[in-house]
Amino acid sequence: MPEVAIPPFERFYEEHRSEVLRTLRGKLGVERAEDAFQETFLRALRAYDRLTDGVHLRAWVLTIARNVAVDAYRRTRPHDEVPDLPVEDGRPAYEELATLTDGLPPKERAAVVLRYGYDLSYHQIAAALGSSEDAARQAASTGVRRLRRRIDP
Amino acid sequence: MTVSPDLDRRFRDAAVALDLVDLGFDVVDSPVGPLLVGVSGSGLASISYDTLPEEALDRFARIAGRRVLRAPRLVDETRRELDQYFEGRRRAFDLSLDLRGLPTFTVSVLRELARVPYGATTTYGSLAKRAGHPRAARAVGSVMNRNRIPIVLPCHRVVGASGDLVGYAGGLDRKATLLELEGVL
Repeated sequence: MPEVAIPPFERFYEEHRSEVLRTLRGKLGVERAEDAFQETFLRALRAYDRLTDGVHLRAWVLTIARNVAVDAYRRTRPHDEVPDLPVEDGRPAYEELATLTDGLPPKERAAVVLRYGYDLSYHQIAAALGSSEDAARQAASTGVRRLRRRIDP
Repeated sequence: MTVSPDLDRRFRDAAVALDLVDLGFDVVDSPVGPLLVGVSGSGLASISYDTLPEEALDRFARIAGRRVLRAPRLVDETRRELDQYFEGRRRAFDLSLDLRGLPTFTVSVLRELARVPYGATTTYGSLAKRAGHPRAARAVGSVMNRNRIPIVLPCHRVVGASGDLVGYAGGLDRKATLLELEGVL
């Protein structure tokens, strides 16, 4: 796959900030969305100089946002079930993977979708999940094993 | 959904505070028109009379890295010194400069240029001689023309052998204004 140039961060931020804020407001409400918005783009900025490809930046930043939202949700309501986190992307191949992975724990699901649906590197996935690369790799492989057991018990 | 100016500013300030920005830029107003100023971790990297950031973003990324962000806080120190200069209260700048990526010849000419004092002028030929390349007046002219930190690196103080202003990347009007400010014209 040819490499897509990674834009200067300002351009990336301007292109995606409205959608990120909308996503976070939908999950957390107006007030808590503000802190999550800042955290989302700080996480993206931390990983940004080590990205290797500019494709799927939208999916990447929305995944970061969803994970920031999950963390915020857990902090305030530690004993509740984590909300369902659909992959919000219209492309059929990813939709299929999203349906297939429905029911996996959120981190495993995000790791599997980003790795196999979007072909992102573990470094990018780690940034999206707010975890180490090893943890991202682990989440993807555990997720895949769980899927295999479900499909072919 | 519009991101409020307050939320936007908080994110930009936090990015600077956490040292996550390769180059921060902002527009600074001045008597020679708005200036687009870019500051990296190594110092002042760019001052541009063309203030459309869209044109400059890729250039900034090539200089300092792709984490380029409009970040007023990173530009504040440069803004303060420029304000003082334009108010006639500052004759020399105390800013560190980021000259990364420039050819050796360019850097040696710019270092000599930096020594041309406030309120004085020199010629392309004389600057070439002082940079150790006495026959390179033309090449010096082209370094002046591409000077990425005008005003602070005072290419406006370099004039033709006859005393004519000759040229300025920002336009001769600006060159004349700067020299008037310094009491030369």
